[in-house]
Amino acid sequence: MQTVAIGTEIREFVVTNFLFGKGDDLSDDESLLDNGVIDSTGVLELVSYLQERFDIHIEDDEIIPANLDSIHNLVDYVGRKTSNLR
Amino acid sequence: MLVEEFLEESARRIPDKIALITESERFTYREIEMQANCLAHALIAAGVARGDRVVIVLPNSLQAVVAIFAALKADAVFVVLHATTKGGKLAYVLNNCRATAIIVDGAKLDADHAWLTETPYLRSVFLVNGAHRQFGTVGKSGKHAYSLEDVWNEFSCTAPPPRRCIDIDLAALIYTSGSTGRPKGVMMTHLNIVSAATSITTYLENSADDIVLNVLPLSFDYGLYQLLMMFKVGGTLVLLNSFAFPHLVLQKIANEGVTGFPIVPTISATLLQMNLARYSFPALRYITNTAAALPVDHIRKLRALFPHVRIYSMYGLTECKRVSYLPADQIDVRPGSVGRGMPNEEVYIVDPEGNRVVPGAVGELVIRGSNVMKGYWELPEETDRCLRPGPLPGERVLYSGDLFYADPEGYLYFVGRRDDIIKTRGEKVSPREVEDAIYSLETVAEAAVIGIPDPILGSAIKALVVPKQGSFITAQDVLRHCSTKLEDFMVPKIIEFRPSLPRTDSGKVNKRALAEACKNPE
Repeated sequence: MQTVAIGTEIREFVVTNFLFGKGDDLSDDESLLDNGVIDSTGVLELVSYLQERFDIHIEDDEIIPANLDSIHNLVDYVGRKTSNLR
Repeated sequence: MLVEEFLEESARRIPDKIALITESERFTYREIEMQANCLAHALIAAGVARGDRVVIVLPNSLQAVVAIFAALKADAVFVVLHATTKGGKLAYVLNNCRATAIIVDGAKLDADHAWLTETPYLRSVFLVNGAHRQFGTVGKSGKHAYSLEDVWNEFSCTAPPPRRCIDIDLAALIYTSGSTGRPKGVMMTHLNIVSAATSITTYLENSADDIVLNVLPLSFDYGLYQLLMMFKVGGTLVLLNSFAFPHLVLQKIANEGVTGFPIVPTISATLLQMNLARYSFPALRYITNTAAALPVDHIRKLRALFPHVRIYSMYGLTECKRVSYLPADQIDVRPGSVGRGMPNEEVYIVDPEGNRVVPGAVGELVIRGSNVMKGYWELPEETDRCLRPGPLPGERVLYSGDLFYADPEGYLYFVGRRDDIIKTRGEKVSPREVEDAIYSLETVAEAAVIGIPDPILGSAIKALVVPKQGSFITAQDVLRHCSTKLEDFMVPKIIEFRPSLPRTDSGKVNKRALAEACKNPE
């Protein structure tokens, strides 16, 4: 899957589920947690979405801000995980 | 004893000991004491007088800790609100308690400051993190803005201001959800807080050797007391902002040699989904649980994973902080119980006439002790409903509103609540408050909010919404609207649209029928 396509899908999921459709202000680099976009249960929802949608397994120690705490980090992380699968 | 003496005494005895560890920094008792002294002088210079309310809206941080003790040192009453509190509710609380000062994050103020023009009693705004200069005297609001960075340069930090409070003065208002929809301010005196903290640290056997890791917000009394109790015993508090990244929290527990870990069932549910065998916590002495009952299945699994860790199952009410705890040696014997009253506290169960009941009989739990609140802030009728005459002439005891029974040995078992408050991830949510937020949407004719069982959250908030005839509305619209009015944890997880809502004979929405229907979908 193309990085651009992954980015579009992930952004759409975040905007739909955590910003309820209003995502114009969300930049790719801003912290989802610090800006109140997601909270601890949001992280769980995000993890189960990523596992199902991209058919990846996320280890406990991969649930960290460097992988999940911005659209940019999410796209990079999913890109790495899916290319490992190939 | 006054609550600020928890900090002052430890700063005198062990000034160089690490009192607080945040995500990336460490602070000694001396450093926190000096900053709190400084901010206390600044609050007084800004006009904060004895008994004034000072509202604190900050995430778990050094600044929040300093602000709490600074307010106390200024003889004021601190009011900590959740960092995600929105403008409308913030204005309500500021006006309800007529706060004269607020300590808030600059970025939060930048994002939303309409409330400044709706809060006539508020005079001073203390800002953490920049953004202050553009306000000067905070725009047209007439309020004075102060930057915490400036405070450190301008005021003395070597000694606290002279003290005038006595221990029956108020130390804190803790706002809690009520069934009326408006949050109520629980009045806690210094004596109430010192009593509760003393009882709890006694049964947990806390000492200066303890290092407690807290991820719960300081706006929640369970989180707040972790700070107060560690400072009381001269221990160390590891203060994190959330449990969002469990692996990092568990690493912190291991690396900092944490001895105490307070949780709510949502945290244990998350922990038990992880592969915990790869972590080792040799220093961990205890885990406490309150806010909602820890499922017996969680208790058994936690016991098997961490046989050396004591697990305390507890039950509390904001109105008296803590009601009961199950001694750790009873956890395998009666895992379904929330234990007995704390040291220096009496609890008993009564029938509707107020007579004590025999073991096994269900009745309302009553609490007697110096930890019981003074009442609800300026709500005499609601106060009279739950603080009622006790055994001594003139005494008042706390009627919990919760139904319990006791076994023959006197251990308590929770049966149910008398009101319809929802407990979601350990936080109390008033269905009425959520319904009010939904009703403020013009396209909504009716709304009912209930809790439905959820393996992680305990209860998930579900809203059943009847749109106005001819109106078009989506679940996204409702959720987006709620997210601008309510704290994050109050925003519903599920929205369902219906053409109508079931009614009881008296015409009220029949929430029991709704809850049953949601439990057993056709």
